[in-house]
Amino acid sequence: MTGPALLALMSHWRQHWFQLGALVIGLAMATSLWVAVQAINTQARASYALAEGFLQKFDQQVLIASDGDLLTSDYVALRRMGWALSPVLEGRIRFGDQSIELIGIDLLTARPIAGFTSQGAEVDPGTFLTTMIRSPGGLILHPQTAAQLATLPPDLKIRHSTEVPPGHAFGDISTVSRLLSEPDKLTRMMYLGQEKPTATQRASLPSHIIFAAKDSAQITPRTLTDSFHLNLTAFGILSFVVGLFIVQGTIGLAMEQRRGLFRTLRCLGVPLRHLLFTLLTEIAVIALISSCIGLILGYFLASSLLPGVSATLSGLYGVEINNGLALRVSWVLSGLAMTLLGAGIASSHAFVTLWKLPILQGTSTQARGQHILRNFGTWARAGTGLLAAGLVFKMTLQGLVGGFALLGCVMLAAALLLPYCLSRILIFGQRQTDHPLAQWLWSDARAQLPGLSLALMALMLALATNIGVGTMVSSFRLTFGTWLDQRLASELYATTHDDTQGAELQRWLEARDIRVLPIRSKVLQQNYGQITIYGVRDDATYRDNWPMLASVPQVWDLLSEGKGILVSEQLAHRQDLSPGDEIPLPAGWPSRVLGIYADYGNPHGQAIVSMSQLLSNAPDAPNQRFGLRLPAEQVPILINEIQVKFDLDRENITEQEKIKTASRRVFEQTFQVTDSLKLLTLGVASFAMFISLATLWNQRMPQLGPVWAMGVSRKTLAMIDILRSLLMAGLTALLALPLGLFLSWSLLVVINTEAFGWRLPVHLFPLDWLWLAALSLMAALLAALLPAWRLFRLTPSALLKVFSSER
Amino acid sequence: MNVSRSLLGLFLLASGPVAAQGFAGLGTEAEGFAVPTQGHQLSFPRDHGAHSDFRIEWWYLTANLKDEKGTDYGIQWTLFRSALAPGEAPGWQSPQVWMGHAGLTSASEHFSAERLARGGIGQAGVNTRPFEAWVDDWAMVGTSDLSQLSITAKGEGFSYNLEAEAVGPLVLQGEQGYSVKSPDGQASYYYSQPNYRMEGTLTLPSGPVTVSGNGWLDREWSSQPLSEEQSGWDWFSLRFDSGDKLMGFVLRGQDGVEDFRSGTWISATGKVSPLKPGTFQAVPLKWVEVAKRQVPVLWQVDLPERKVSVKVRALNPQSWMNVSFAYWEGPVTVSGSHSGTGYLEMTGYQPTDP
Repeated sequence: MTGPALLALMSHWRQHWFQLGALVIGLAMATSLWVAVQAINTQARASYALAEGFLQKFDQQVLIASDGDLLTSDYVALRRMGWALSPVLEGRIRFGDQSIELIGIDLLTARPIAGFTSQGAEVDPGTFLTTMIRSPGGLILHPQTAAQLATLPPDLKIRHSTEVPPGHAFGDISTVSRLLSEPDKLTRMMYLGQEKPTATQRASLPSHIIFAAKDSAQITPRTLTDSFHLNLTAFGILSFVVGLFIVQGTIGLAMEQRRGLFRTLRCLGVPLRHLLFTLLTEIAVIALISSCIGLILGYFLASSLLPGVSATLSGLYGVEINNGLALRVSWVLSGLAMTLLGAGIASSHAFVTLWKLPILQGTSTQARGQHILRNFGTWARAGTGLLAAGLVFKMTLQGLVGGFALLGCVMLAAALLLPYCLSRILIFGQRQTDHPLAQWLWSDARAQLPGLSLALMALMLALATNIGVGTMVSSFRLTFGTWLDQRLASELYATTHDDTQGAELQRWLEARDIRVLPIRSKVLQQNYGQITIYGVRDDATYRDNWPMLASVPQVWDLLSEGKGILVSEQLAHRQDLSPGDEIPLPAGWPSRVLGIYADYGNPHGQAIVSMSQLLSNAPDAPNQRFGLRLPAEQVPILINEIQVKFDLDRENITEQEKIKTASRRVFEQTFQVTDSLKLLTLGVASFAMFISLATLWNQRMPQLGPVWAMGVSRKTLAMIDILRSLLMAGLTALLALPLGLFLSWSLLVVINTEAFGWRLPVHLFPLDWLWLAALSLMAALLAALLPAWRLFRLTPSALLKVFSSER
Repeated sequence: MNVSRSLLGLFLLASGPVAAQGFAGLGTEAEGFAVPTQGHQLSFPRDHGAHSDFRIEWWYLTANLKDEKGTDYGIQWTLFRSALAPGEAPGWQSPQVWMGHAGLTSASEHFSAERLARGGIGQAGVNTRPFEAWVDDWAMVGTSDLSQLSITAKGEGFSYNLEAEAVGPLVLQGEQGYSVKSPDGQASYYYSQPNYRMEGTLTLPSGPVTVSGNGWLDREWSSQPLSEEQSGWDWFSLRFDSGDKLMGFVLRGQDGVEDFRSGTWISATGKVSPLKPGTFQAVPLKWVEVAKRQVPVLWQVDLPERKVSVKVRALNPQSWMNVSFAYWEGPVTVSGSHSGTGYLEMTGYQPTDP
């Protein structure tokens, strides 16, 4: 019995291949974006775990200099006091146009490092160590990093290891100190003792050295990028939900249309359980096939997005991830499970309805429609409840999670409220008109609302997301552009080979009446993270241009007198500082916060003091970088002169514009990823609308027949159909606007601050909204075109059939 | 005498036992390092210091000690220098690598510790005026003629602070300090101070112990004293109650190559006589399992030309130096034709169950 029953049920899809296609595409689309996001996240997290696990070996429990430099002589003195320590020297180095993080350790005293000594089975550990320690030494890096680096010092022995995080290179401290030209300095000392040093031991440390156990407050790649991945996940869930809307609509319709068949099968003796089981199997098989397609699509989507994501992560967060997408069981299985579960949820309503319906109940479009219409009120109440829940979440949950919880609740609530709002608007519209045809248009739209509501919800969510994310990106572009102009005020930037040449260049330039702004800095390791302190001259450039967000009066005067410090917004946010507060710094540094300035795109803390303050605290701060103020037209001549006079490469002298372009490029990658995701969600939503309209077509006949019979031409009917579709989409777009604005606000003010530590001013772009509205109208038009065309081509006999009889 | 110990020096960087010739081929070629020459005159205090042009070098002190109740102890304090390239360079660029080993043995306990250090930065080294050899917080410091030394070291569970006073002259081994080590003519510069009176304090988990006894310092440096066919060595330094001293060693041949046996007789009057090759005989009598390998801890040692026929027994059979390149080193007691104390070092015993 099962066989024939299954065949009979399946025959439906043969007749309605379009429905089948919609079902498969809907599920596949939902799966693919979800899987893509999961794949990217999993990949990135695996990279972080690798990097963290690897780097943890070098900074778990450390001794660092709280003040001044950490020197090799400090290390030796402590070793000779009996401290079990191993030195680490880190720094960035450029090879060609790529810069990587060099980590030098003393291979003799460091704890054995997995994947380090077992490098390449072809050499024994002794030979390996000897080559690494003996000049010229060697470096170990990830194959990906090695591939990105065009040039490496030719005499170095290069080894590849996938255990070294991308973007890092490892070597013996002798090699690294030579490459970095830091013969005497250390970054930190790993503490090798089994137990933490006792208070007495700590007290025996020189005053400028402190013991620092790594605590959770420290920033790791994972915490840094959490928000980014949460963002991706949100997009994934959104499109998944939208995809499920499509599936629900399609399955519901297929059930509806096969009700006659069900009745026949039941009459022939197929038990209800049996029928349900067969239907479930059918859905499961379709879902399985669709999710496989989705998995494949998702894989390709992920691999095409990954380079952008990884560029974003390295540009914005300074975190390198592995670019080669690995097929991981976790996201493959989770993708499959999500799709099957999703299909189950999406079809559950249809099954429950089927279960409850009397055996001989035939097709009735009205029953279903009315049923859902009554639900709008319930939905709206649920939506209101969600709104309240969102507010509670925001107040009770801290930080990013709270922000996202609020966002999620509001989005879902808005979707639930949409059909109710639309039906109220349609009722209102109907009341405003006397014309019978117009009245019919309004009420017919209302009658279609149940079938369309899910698609419209999807459209609204997609539109709101587009507005929200679009506003964020555009606001950022605008702010960042202005900020770049302010920050990079000097016309030319020069870097000399060493301090002596720096001083020469400075004298030479000043003799030619060019204003020179030395860029000198000192990196401090504080227990709240790394902070770079710059010294500035008292110059109009800063007074006029510096992107100050908040400050005390006469901030620049106070700064030049050495009476305080300016801190970056990130640092201020992390340490909860306002102008007038004190920032904990080693003795000697001014600690009163005079102002807070914007410092976008920098994961680390930054601060500014007067040049004299910097030099009194860090007399050895390198003096090699300079900003030069001069009339723009003199720039090319000066570049030539400096090059000739000081034997500097062209890459050491950079025009303002070049730096700006490079800085913008970092963000463009992020925007590209977001743009792709935006378009994809909008595409999914439009498709949902198209499917809904197309599948509703068959149910439209009973409504259209009488109107046609009353003398309205098919052409007019088709026009009205299109008009109604546009009306619905237009109304939805209108309702999506406030939601989108709310989203923008939360993204810019709540999420961004939590995620990056900087807050962006909200800029509004009404033209973009118009464009989006036009886009959604276009999608509605396209979606309505096929049904309208079918209506226009409908034979009168088909319309007449409506009156013949019930099936 | 420590021909054998040169192997140890060369194994410095290896994390486990490796075949002798396998380690970077260092056993065969001098690669720009200086080599000992016959007739070279040693000069002190200069030669108490480091010779960075030679590949390997050590300052090797062992002592047999007793506390007031007559309980036996032994200590070892060693500083190895190994050069990855000849010469010196400042800071981290130095090719010199240093390794310290310290051991403390009683009949029931054995402690060992290791320190590794880079040359060039001051973490380890040797100065001559006054004499100072150190790695981290371990040190052997004293007068520039080595007549007085203070020795300290500590490790997990133990430490010691000892004073040493030389009661006899330095002994130049071999031919005025030029010591031939194999039939192939490989050689090292080698001298000893076998006549230290020692006293001081050992600190054990049970508490401090005041001790006194006798110490023996070996100084040796070379660049290529190895033969490729040797699997390990057994080295004896024995101090007889008669006042005579015997140092003898067996380089165990493998793959059909004969053992190389040699040594030195130092009479109570201070007269030094190199042994004729092959006359020193050492036969294992009893094996025990130490660190998953079979190691001989009771030996029959014979030197017919001096009428020596003694049993050499480990004070603690488990005197295992658990360091980067692990080996057996501990105090021994001598009985038979002569009685006395001494030190035994054994290397190259492979785990029986691979």
